[in-house]
Amino acid sequence: MAEIILRRWGGELAIAGAIALFLLPLLGIPGKTYLTLTIAGLAMGMLLFLVASGLSIIFGLMDVLNFAHGSLFAWGAYVGFTVFNLMMDWVEADSVLMNLGVFAIAIVIAMIAVAILGIILERVIVRRVYGNHLFQILITFGATIVLVELISVFWGPNDEVMTVPFTFRGNWDVMDVIVDRYRVICIVIGLLVYSVIKLILKKTKIGTIVRAGVENREMVQAMGHNIFLLFTGVFAVGAGLAALGGVAMSVFSLQVYPHMGSTYLLFAFIIVIIGGLGSVTGSLVGALIVGLSYNYVAYLVPWAAAGSNVIIMIVILLVRPTGLFPSGE
Amino acid sequence: MSETVLKVEGVHTFIGQHHILQGISFEVGADAVTVLIGRNGAGKSTAIKTVMGLLPPSEGRILFRGKEIQRRKPYEIARMGIGFVPEDMGVFSGLTVEENMRVAMLIEDEATYQRLDRTLEMFADLRKFWKAKAGNLSGGQKQMLAIARAIVNDTSLLLIDEPSKGLAPIIVESLIEVINRIKDHSVVILVEQNFSMASSVGDNFYILDDGIVVHSGIMAELVHDEELKSNYLGISKVGG
Repeated sequence: MAEIILRRWGGELAIAGAIALFLLPLLGIPGKTYLTLTIAGLAMGMLLFLVASGLSIIFGLMDVLNFAHGSLFAWGAYVGFTVFNLMMDWVEADSVLMNLGVFAIAIVIAMIAVAILGIILERVIVRRVYGNHLFQILITFGATIVLVELISVFWGPNDEVMTVPFTFRGNWDVMDVIVDRYRVICIVIGLLVYSVIKLILKKTKIGTIVRAGVENREMVQAMGHNIFLLFTGVFAVGAGLAALGGVAMSVFSLQVYPHMGSTYLLFAFIIVIIGGLGSVTGSLVGALIVGLSYNYVAYLVPWAAAGSNVIIMIVILLVRPTGLFPSGE
Repeated sequence: MSETVLKVEGVHTFIGQHHILQGISFEVGADAVTVLIGRNGAGKSTAIKTVMGLLPPSEGRILFRGKEIQRRKPYEIARMGIGFVPEDMGVFSGLTVEENMRVAMLIEDEATYQRLDRTLEMFADLRKFWKAKAGNLSGGQKQMLAIARAIVNDTSLLLIDEPSKGLAPIIVESLIEVINRIKDHSVVILVEQNFSMASSVGDNFYILDDGIVVHSGIMAELVHDEELKSNYLGISKVGG
């Protein structure tokens, strides 16, 4: 009986369950605070999505456990920080266009620089350890140490304050609900990036080949596609997305520091496991779950905030070991 | 034999510690379907995976139209005009039939689209389920898709690994028809355990046992050689 109900109404029940869980915190949180926390959670989720999506595609297609992803994220943040410092007039200008301009320039330069770093990393280090997870963990962990130390060499070991562009500062008061301006920008960036990635994966030939490669790499090769070139490209895109996440997150958290990557890498791995390896939609859903639950729990039971994500991950793995959106679905 | 398209000379292949191919040699001519037959574990699938570059040989030479290919990558070999249909069909389940075909099309020019049209005439079901996820196709339709992907390019040699495996007899009949049509345009190497199918489409045969070729010849002769079939293929004449 239960099986028949699940088969017939499984989708609807899952949506109802998700909405119920989403609204559950309302029992312990006043309505306006709940809305503020929800916006904060969505913004955090979108920022984490930027980090996790690259990691997920790299893992899904290349079967590579890239522990250096966090350090690429940190490099992105520092490149963005440098661009902000070089263009401080634009950052401090009371002009939306100039603020958006410097933000976009920082993102583009950070993505290009870190994508190049990613290509070097893949060609010099990662390519030698394809198919061996233990070596991948060891060698990318080693690369992390080198990349983080290089940050200390180039930018110094101390935390630096990241300046928020002038018009991004402050809040909007929407019917007594406090809405942080930059958080709205983060939500927009996240949705934009998700749409672009989906569009590329769905509508372009290279995207279709990448999706095919996530399913069966050997067959993609046997059909005449240079999988190694594809790997390099995907690694570069993954690194670029990490850099984008780094720039956006550093403005969000108002700081950059050499070890910032490791903090967010843990979140990214949780998201990738929850969402399903190789699935961009899975990364988005996983990131939103992590972002929202973190903010709700941090308000209700502050000491349990970090642990709540691990508990959610364990529950999802018990119910659906391949994650919410296994690749190919 | 007519012009040699593929020549395999003394090839050894290991899978991990296991020495699977132990000096295999065979030749494939331009005007025939060559069948590799033998018991389970004889090395048939390993042989065509080695030709395709998916398993690197430790020793020996593989020549395709006179050029050595044993050190080339699978994508380079595919681009030389060798198509491959693996035992598990290798269909991308999460992609639609259209997307599967699109991944297969190496060049999207007029000639390729003409070949696509011809291929879809041959496999009408693929056109019917053009926008459907390949994972939702039946076993026979998946096999058709796998073959269609391999012939949509200008393929001059087609390697097909056990196409009849797990399929209903009526589907196998239509597969035989398809392979007989394909051999007009392309040289075919077929790995097959189903002797009925092998003898229906094959012109020449090589019997593999423990990673070496133990017999070869013309298929029409093998059909009547009960001793050879009994010794190497486990096929006995009923009542004999």
